[in-house]
This record gives sequence, structure tokens and C-alpha cells, in this order.
Amino acid sequence: MSATSTAGRLQGVVWALDEAPAFAPGDPVRILTRTPIGHYRVPTYLRGKSGTVEAVIEPAGLDNEQEGFGRNAGSKRHYYRIAIPLTEIWPDYVGSPRDGLRIEVFETWLERV
Amino acid sequence: MSAHEHNHEHGHDHPHAEITAEAAGYYEIMETAVRELLAEKGLIGPAEIRRQIEVLDSRTPALGAKVVARAWVDPGFRARLIADGRAGCEELGISFYDDTQLIVLENTQEVHNLIVCTLCSCYPRPVLGLPPDWYKEKPYRARAVIEPRAVLAEFGTTIPDDVEIRVSDSTAMVRYLVLPRRPEGTEGWSEESLAELVTRDAMIGVVPATLPESVQ
Repeated sequence: MSATSTAGRLQGVVWALDEAPAFAPGDPVRILTRTPIGHYRVPTYLRGKSGTVEAVIEPAGLDNEQEGFGRNAGSKRHYYRIAIPLTEIWPDYVGSPRDGLRIEVFETWLERV
Repeated sequence: MSAHEHNHEHGHDHPHAEITAEAAGYYEIMETAVRELLAEKGLIGPAEIRRQIEVLDSRTPALGAKVVARAWVDPGFRARLIADGRAGCEELGISFYDDTQLIVLENTQEVHNLIVCTLCSCYPRPVLGLPPDWYKEKPYRARAVIEPRAVLAEFGTTIPDDVEIRVSDSTAMVRYLVLPRRPEGTEGWSEESLAELVTRDAMIGVVPATLPESVQ
């Protein structure tokens, strides 16, 4: 069952912290500036950029960066579809100011703004 | 060319590049070595490898075109497909052997969607098959997120300024399929005829779905 839908959920069941999504649609977030060595899934051009959570992607998935090294156990969290204006990424962007980028980002790469 | 010199006379007179088996590259040799080791250790067999090649060969843009045509004629299916792209495709028997999720991006009068993988070549292979070479090359991968309107113009696609462009960069567990707008003048067309209008490039979002020139 989806961690985001609450309709029909029985009361009194406590979810582990990493089962429930940490962010919700509409939340303003920033993609962290980190420089992991080896396998990564957050392109460098987006590090440090701010955006908005458009959707929580269900179901929770493995952290692809850990999976790249064969470490699969216990790394399930949510990916989020993040909306970022192209003018936020490229200050001299040529085109409509409404043009935007969408990308899925793993929970551990996001911070609340 | 290699140190091997090609000296013999051609026995026929049409011009073409010499047909030779090129020396295997580093990664090709590594692939062969890993494949043979896995088979030797009994972890996977040649039949399983061949089966997976058959799986990949069975996935072509014709599948995606059928999904799009169904969405155009069946509003209930369209709603389910947009709510959960993978489940929608699975309804038509399209399996997701690579365990990716699928988001179907609907083009409208207000929004035009384009897909790219800036890191590598993530692509909705279960429903479209292998990506075209240009999709995997760096110019498209870089420019699609920097100047999407210029890239689209090079494909002959001009998007008016009041239409929002959304570039979806697929990098992890999600793949994207663009649901193009149904061309005007196709009212009453059969699902099969509609599917013929849907090209691979339209489902990547670099061109719209259009009527064939003979009908325009």
C-alpha cells in the first residue's frame, strides 16, 4: 500500500520514520551540494538548486547510489518529482520564464528550505 | 585503420566501406569475459541470455504507439495511464522487466514535454525498446536541459512562447513516456490507424504526432 494515501488506514499503526515520505507536494526544497565519489544519480548541474516537490513517487525505492555498489538492504526511501524553473538553473536562460525541469531525487539528497 | 593492410583487389565495382569485423573494444571484451565466467560458474546460461535478448527485441516504438492510441480513444484508460503509467501499460500486457516506474507526460495546449537522461541513457525501454543514438550522445543530453527550445527547433518543432516547456531528466528509478496531442482531423479514426501516426520521436517529445502528408 502507498505510504502517502491515508484513506481507509487503520488507526494505531505506527510507521517507521523512513517508511512515510519526509516531504509532501508543494514543499519548497533544495538539492544538497555534495560531491560523492563513484556512483551518483544527482547530476552536478542541479546541486544546490531550489525547487518544489511536485509529487511523491510511489512505491519507495532503493537508493540507486547504494545499489550501484551492491548495497541494497535497508536503503528504501522515497523519490520525489522535483520541479525547478529553468531560470533558477541557468540565470541567462532564453525562453519562457515558465519553462521548467522535472527530476526524481532521492530523499537523502533534499533539504527543506 | 589497424596495422593490417588491405591489399587485395575488390571483385565488384560498387563503392562501399570495407566490411570487416572491428577489433573488440575494452568493454566488449569485458562483457564477453563476464558473460563466459557467469556461464562457466552456472549462474546464468546461454538460453537465459538469448531469452533476455528476445525480451529486448520484442520492445519497439510500435508498443508505445498502441498505448498512446488507446489513451486517445479511451478516456478511462487515459486517466489510469496518467495516474500510473506502469500499471496502464501492464493492462496491455507490457511488463516492466527492469523494475522501473513510468510517468506518462501528457502534452496539452499549455504544456509541451520533452524527455532526456543527462547522466546516461535512461529510456522507457519496456515500452519503446532501445533509444536512438542521438538520445545517448552528449550534445542532446546537455542541450535538452540548457536550451530545449533550440533543440526542438532543430527537430523542426517550434513551441510558442506561451506554451510551457517541461524537460524531464530521468536519472534513477523513473522513466517517462510523452503522450502527444492527438492530431486534429482524426475524429472517428480506428485505434490501429491512430497508432500509425505515433512515432518514437513524438513519444520522446521532440516532435508532435502529425497526419501523414498524403492526408494533410
